[in-house]
Amino acid sequence: MSNKIKPKRRDFLFTATYTIGAVGLGAAIWPLVDQMNPDSSVKALSTTEVDISTVEPGKTITVLWRGKPIFIRRRTKKEIEEAAKVDLKDLKDPEKDSDRAKNPEWLVMVGVCTHLGCVPLGDKGDYNAWFCPCHGSHYDTSGRIRKGPAPTNLEIPKYEFVNNNIIKIG
Amino acid sequence: MKVIMLGLLNRIILTILISIITTLSFADDQHSHGANTNYLNTDWSFKGIFGTFDRASLQRGYQVYQEVCAGCHSVQHLSYRNLSEKGGPEFSVEEAKAIASQFEVEDGPNSDGEMFMRPARLSDKFVKPFPNVEAATAANGGAYPPDMSVLTKARAGGADYIYSLLLGYEDPPTGFELDDGVYYNKYMAGNKIKMSAPLMDGIVEYADGTEATTAQMSKDVTTFLVWAAEPHLEAQHRMGFTAIIYLIILLTLVYMSKQKVWSRFGSKKELEEETFDKVEKAVTEYEGEDPKTFK
Amino acid sequence: MSENKYIPKTKLAKWFDSRLPLLSLSHHLKEYPTPKNLNYWWTFGGILTFCLITQIITGVILGMHYVAHTDHAFESIEHIMRDVNYGWLLRYVHANGASMFFLAVYIHIFRGLFYGSYKAPREVIWIIGVIIYLLMMATAFMGYVLPWGQMSFWGATVITNLFSAIPLVGESITTWLWGGYAVDNPTLTRFYALHYLLPFLIFGLIILHIWALHVPGNNNPTGIDVKKNSNETMPFHPYMVMKDITALLVFIIIFFWFVFFAPNALGHPDNYIEANPLVTPTHIVPEWYLLPFYAILRAIPSKLGGVIFMFAAIFVLVLLPWLDTSKVRSSTFRPLYRKFFWVLVVTVILLGYLGAKPPEGIYLVLSRIATAYYFIHFLILLPVLGRYEKTDPLPMSISDPVLDKPGLIDKFKKAAGQYEGDNVGSFK
Repeated sequence: MSNKIKPKRRDFLFTATYTIGAVGLGAAIWPLVDQMNPDSSVKALSTTEVDISTVEPGKTITVLWRGKPIFIRRRTKKEIEEAAKVDLKDLKDPEKDSDRAKNPEWLVMVGVCTHLGCVPLGDKGDYNAWFCPCHGSHYDTSGRIRKGPAPTNLEIPKYEFVNNNIIKIG
Repeated sequence: MKVIMLGLLNRIILTILISIITTLSFADDQHSHGANTNYLNTDWSFKGIFGTFDRASLQRGYQVYQEVCAGCHSVQHLSYRNLSEKGGPEFSVEEAKAIASQFEVEDGPNSDGEMFMRPARLSDKFVKPFPNVEAATAANGGAYPPDMSVLTKARAGGADYIYSLLLGYEDPPTGFELDDGVYYNKYMAGNKIKMSAPLMDGIVEYADGTEATTAQMSKDVTTFLVWAAEPHLEAQHRMGFTAIIYLIILLTLVYMSKQKVWSRFGSKKELEEETFDKVEKAVTEYEGEDPKTFK
Repeated sequence: MSENKYIPKTKLAKWFDSRLPLLSLSHHLKEYPTPKNLNYWWTFGGILTFCLITQIITGVILGMHYVAHTDHAFESIEHIMRDVNYGWLLRYVHANGASMFFLAVYIHIFRGLFYGSYKAPREVIWIIGVIIYLLMMATAFMGYVLPWGQMSFWGATVITNLFSAIPLVGESITTWLWGGYAVDNPTLTRFYALHYLLPFLIFGLIILHIWALHVPGNNNPTGIDVKKNSNETMPFHPYMVMKDITALLVFIIIFFWFVFFAPNALGHPDNYIEANPLVTPTHIVPEWYLLPFYAILRAIPSKLGGVIFMFAAIFVLVLLPWLDTSKVRSSTFRPLYRKFFWVLVVTVILLGYLGAKPPEGIYLVLSRIATAYYFIHFLILLPVLGRYEKTDPLPMSISDPVLDKPGLIDKFKKAAGQYEGDNVGSFK
């Protein structure tokens, strides 16, 4: 078979076709990927309001926010003091207690161990605060990692006090 | 002989075909009984390839829905957040929140295990006027006021039908019998409808000062319902236009590439040469001679 | 296969190919010789593959969001349409994709009928094709039930009730199909499971369909055998691939026009009303692609008879390779068959039209006539035509210019005659 093609034109035409085709294919794949992201009804649920008026000092309530447990603890004086006096040098993930609690009396954290996602138990462990039973991570009264495999402190979600009785998370 | 037979066959087939088509069109005419399907038309902004919603009309339409229809008809698949989403009435988030907070929804159970009522939030679905279909049916004289979430897609004729129905109330022709609580409507199948004429001039007072004529309200509420049934219509039109333009460009390129590739496989001239060779070969075979010796 | 045997170039390729000949397979697919005179009606095989893959991908994705429960099915579809990112796009592609799939398969089938692609040695390809078609109908029917609208529910009720026509065991079979005493939640969940399964069976059968095709090779518009590895064939890649893609893009443009600008045009409005077991819609119709069979079902006055004729209408296609006794494959050279082919096309379209009409008056009369003609075409006309039809002379080869340029052959004959210094009048 004779092969009489001007290589330049052919290359340009084919390259253009391949390129444009690949762009379209990419655009077509995006909806197939994006559909697995949180949908608009899930995103709309991203704020929760919690009534905290009935929580006694030294007690923790757990609420669900974005499918994760949120610990809301009304801390005792002793716990606040313990949390405040810790030397930042002793911490794996240095963070001041005052940066973690907007109101020292209330500690609001995502109750998910930063190691592999288990839910830590309350009033347990070396610091009598939170302890993750899965792989033995100990957190202090400010939810900071003190001992064990977890790399960082318990996460603080975005929240605000709507008034004295209601916290809005998210 | 064969030619005549074929011609005859052609003619028979053609005759049968024509007679079938005429009978069918005749039968179709006879068959369209009951409702008038020549729907009223208006200049819908959402029709066509570039169709988009008229925001002001959608906002007014929401008002009509809320003040007139919502007493009986639910739109259970719509959420309050949809009111502020792109491509819809596009109320501001604050306005949508304010709208939502006018309604009470049941939530719970709380820590005591009790269900409680709270003001609706953006994430809540539109509150239904009746808790279930049975309650709605019972409260409306045995006719269930249909949920309107996808109403314009659930009726042949779509927006035009809904618009016409709203404007189709008339006095029944003489001799047309109507029971109590049944009304005459030009566009309803069988012309009997259990919903009394819902709109009359000035039944709502539009915030934007538009005069609330029956026709205007019908148009606005129908637009609202079209959006409620197809909230992504604008995105759909935009994406469709882009996709088809893109495909036409790609098709042109692919077709040119295809022609280019196929040209490798011998031009027309080459094809003729090939055929010539073949004929030649056949002739040679016929002659029972080797072409080489022949040369 | 007659094309050159693949010899791997590198040591690694040799090692791998001798253990799993994937490279040889891909070489075979690329080099597979196709007749160079295939027209655009031959691109529908590729288009159908695209349709199946599109349906499987969008279907699996919809399955991630759909809830197969009578209380939630309708709601979950609305959730997909409203909340899921691009959910409306995926659902409209899937719903219209089904229609486009059938459009393509009907063209593919009628192409086979026109060019006699079902004849020896391609009977097995054809029969696998009929089975694929049957599975497609079952899949489409069960898929239509999933949105749990009024047409879903009543369509399912009517079609499953067909089985109650079977004497003695009919009632038990329908109860078994339903998993209850009416179409209900158990029916919905099993239809969902089967709707998910069947496309993969179709996929398997398509592999067999193509495998069976690659043994004798493609038929072509002339219906005469091509000599492989001659200049009558060209490698599948890039020639046919490029042509298939060209046709596919045209097809996708039409497909997308429906998806974006008339996504509900091919559906029925009643399916946007949630299923209600207490109220039957005034007029139950299946999706358009099943209408011809629906018309045949209703044309027969007895319940069992209707069911038998409907299934027979499909089964008769299985027998087609033996019902058509003509030695000539392509209609191009069968002047009478060609006429009847088009009458059959019109009959099937007419049946489709009648399937959407109420079964009364002139519609019923016409659907009876059309049904009768459908069977007469296959059972009487084809065997008789094969025996008595006088076919046109066949060309010597597919590249014989007799096909597209009448008169050209004379030119060559004349040229050959001059070359030989002889009159070619005797050459006939």
